[in-house]
Amino acid sequence: MTRYIRRAAAFCLVLLVALLVNAARIQVFGADALDSHPANRRLMIARYHQPRGAIVVDGESVTGSRDSGQQLRYERTYTYGPLYASVTGYASQTYGTTLIENAEDAVLSGTSPLLPAFPLWNGLTGDRQPGGQAVTTIKASMQRAAYDGLAGRKGAVAAIEPSTGKILALVSSPSYDPGVLSGTGRSVANAWRRLTSDTNQPMLNRAIRQTYPPGSAFKIVTAAAALDSGLITDVEAPTDTPDPYVLPNSVTTLPNEPSGCGGASLAYAVTVSCNTVMARVGLKVGLATMVDTARRFGFNDASLRIPSRVAKSNFDTEMSPDQLALSSIGQFDTTATPLQMAMVSAAVANGGELKYPYLVDHTTTAAGTTVSTTRPRTYQQAMYPATAQQLQQMMIDVVRNGTGTVAAIPGATVGGKTGTAQNGVGNVGSPYAWFISWAQADGADRPAVAVAVVVEDASAKRGDISGGGDAAPIARAVMEAALAP
Amino acid sequence: MTAPLAADASPPELRHPDPRGVELSLLVGAVLVVVLGYVDVGLARSGTVPPDAASYGAGLGLLALLTHLVVRFRAPHADPLLLPIAVLLNGLGLVLIYRLDLATPGSRAAPTQLVWSTLGVCLFLAVILVLREHRILQRYAYVSMAAGLFLMLVPILFPAVNGAKIWIRAGGFSFQPAEFAKILLALFFAAYLAANRNALAYTGRMIWRLQMPTGRVLGPIVAIWLMSVGVLVLERDLGTSLLFFGLFVVMLYVATGRTGWIAVGMLLASAGAAVVALLEPHVHSRVADWLNPYATIEAGRGPSQLAQSLFAFGAGGTLGSGLGLGHSTLIGFAAKSDFILATAGEELGLCGLTAIFLLYALLVARGYRAGICLTSPFGRLFAIGLASIVALQVFVIAGGVMGLIPLTGLAMPFLAQGGSSVIANWIIVALLIRISDSAHRPLPAVEPGVIARPEPSVKGTPT
Repeated sequence: MTRYIRRAAAFCLVLLVALLVNAARIQVFGADALDSHPANRRLMIARYHQPRGAIVVDGESVTGSRDSGQQLRYERTYTYGPLYASVTGYASQTYGTTLIENAEDAVLSGTSPLLPAFPLWNGLTGDRQPGGQAVTTIKASMQRAAYDGLAGRKGAVAAIEPSTGKILALVSSPSYDPGVLSGTGRSVANAWRRLTSDTNQPMLNRAIRQTYPPGSAFKIVTAAAALDSGLITDVEAPTDTPDPYVLPNSVTTLPNEPSGCGGASLAYAVTVSCNTVMARVGLKVGLATMVDTARRFGFNDASLRIPSRVAKSNFDTEMSPDQLALSSIGQFDTTATPLQMAMVSAAVANGGELKYPYLVDHTTTAAGTTVSTTRPRTYQQAMYPATAQQLQQMMIDVVRNGTGTVAAIPGATVGGKTGTAQNGVGNVGSPYAWFISWAQADGADRPAVAVAVVVEDASAKRGDISGGGDAAPIARAVMEAALAP
Repeated sequence: MTAPLAADASPPELRHPDPRGVELSLLVGAVLVVVLGYVDVGLARSGTVPPDAASYGAGLGLLALLTHLVVRFRAPHADPLLLPIAVLLNGLGLVLIYRLDLATPGSRAAPTQLVWSTLGVCLFLAVILVLREHRILQRYAYVSMAAGLFLMLVPILFPAVNGAKIWIRAGGFSFQPAEFAKILLALFFAAYLAANRNALAYTGRMIWRLQMPTGRVLGPIVAIWLMSVGVLVLERDLGTSLLFFGLFVVMLYVATGRTGWIAVGMLLASAGAAVVALLEPHVHSRVADWLNPYATIEAGRGPSQLAQSLFAFGAGGTLGSGLGLGHSTLIGFAAKSDFILATAGEELGLCGLTAIFLLYALLVARGYRAGICLTSPFGRLFAIGLASIVALQVFVIAGGVMGLIPLTGLAMPFLAQGGSSVIANWIIVALLIRISDSAHRPLPAVEPGVIARPEPSVKGTPT
């Protein structure tokens, strides 16, 4: 009998070993797969178990946290809600994260391996760090000026510091309060449904995610291509452009709003915005050079991140001559985000050197120790410095005695360019009003700000004047805020 | 047993310097571990030491001391490991249930479980005090069989709870009779097999190469086994059914040594399992769940309990999240009972889980050791039966919640919430202590001057 007892004991030992091996299989070898399983709530619970780190604007936190007492405990609050929605994005228990909340999630939620002071020890204990902070480049007064300027109209403002690429203001309008998406439950679902079904698309970040035909504002790029390529050496020299101008290989006649465009010089054409001259210049520069120049300004770059993804601004790479002519005045398939047009203005203002735009200046731990810093870097040399200088003068002339006089600021040098883009099939939609500009305080050694403003559904009157009328005052307010000490 | 040894050559494993001293120090350790666990939960959940930690520890200590004293005076030669293991496991279970209570404010189970545990300890003391010799139980084999079957039949008359008719409900109390029936049936099997094992082992016809016992001997035992399993299938308590079946096969094998039994048993088991899995949708879904724990997720219905249990074990990893810091309440229903091990796995990690498994293994091994040291077939079979109940029960439920075998509802001995279970387990430990006391009791000293004569029942290396 003893032998059988021993065998039965051995059987029990087999059961024990089976349990232990199975436990090791699950807890050691299968743990990673189980932990990262999408249906496993633990990641979410841990993520919301502590207050989320702050997003800081001008030294002040624009976010907060509210203890909901729910399973996914801390819910995000936003001090100024709609004002910074296009900067912060939302951080929702139900709908995930966007924009900075998304891009800097690791720091804000405390999972970043850069946060712990002793990473090796932390790797052992597995403790979650308190959420770090993301300090933005936004200047509160400029953001406020842009937001108030748009006043709920559909449109967007992007402002950049030309010498560094810091994004000083980023506004999309109409906006929304991202705080209503924090948490779980019926009210959040209702808010989401309301926001996503709103025809005004308040959650669309128009400043970086929506592309518009840039219209005449694109003429700066065309002029840069003409000067850089050597096609035009004297900006004051008359061109042999007929008015009106029949596009090559087509029956389309290109009209001009202003008078005096027949045979006008490049400088005059930019100042008063002659379609005919600029279309013909673009055509003469040629497709390859136009595409190359547009690319150096940031067009056709799908990988631009600030650190959130920026929608690709488009300049077609294969076009017939009449399409190229239209594209050269910012029509046809040419589209740009407001940020892209701010980059165009910034490149001109910064002597042709385009800085990579960025929105997060640095991140810190909860205690304030710097975790990472964004260093200004050059995106590309968009044009020769001499070309930039000539374009600066042309843009100054636009504000001094061209289509953008509204944007003039006493005590500062302001350069600008208006634009009005047709909208809709057969141009039935109301046009988009553009204004891109930069401003340099008198006595300052470099421009302080470059701005792009777009207003959808601009006042019914077709023409460049609407760019100057609707968009330019907003740009001026933003620039004034930038120049204010 | 046919080769008696000289009386002066006692085997070395009988020399326990002071088993009761060992037991006392282990008990102190067990109580300390439990109190520290309780404090740890308080610190982790609310950042403060629970105000009743000292009184709780004192109460537990007193209870442990009381059991120790009773064992010291009434079963002085008992195995010193059994009681500390039981105290530690029961205390750990209370800590885990208390910890889960904090996460589910609506339903508090720890106070009730504490009462049941105290009741279990009282029954433990009663068994030790009343039952002076385990061999007396042999007389009650048929009574216990009848009582066991009765206990299992009664719940059929009561309404099903969560799909299983395993409860007797009366006046706010609910009672799970199968927990006690398993002890009674183990007792019957032991007594019957001890009386008939030679007939079972050595008579009967050869069928192919398997020796079949005569129907006269085998009949009653198979009938009772079939009845118990049949009742369980009717009551849909498949975990207990599996446990009974395993117990039956192990005891039959130990009694007769017939490998043929294993083969027949396996055949019966597979046939039964196949039939049940085909006919019973409840079982069918359990098997499907086991084959793919994530099926409900893929179907968009959220994680099943088994998937949540696996997530909990995975979250624990090697070292665990720490007591009170896991999220095993995600399992939902039965997190404190059938799935209590998932909380241990998540919060104590593989290390803690291994420790718990080893505690059970030690408990089982000590039961087997008591069995092997005894000479009487009944005592041996009873000890093996009781120890096997623990081993099989741990395997069936632990394997179930960890995805090793299809999940069947059973209580994790001592850990899980459930009054009947904890009481039954204390009775099992009391019986094992009683049996081990007999097993390790030294023989009467040989009087000097008298020539030692061969003693047929001398303790030695059994054959």
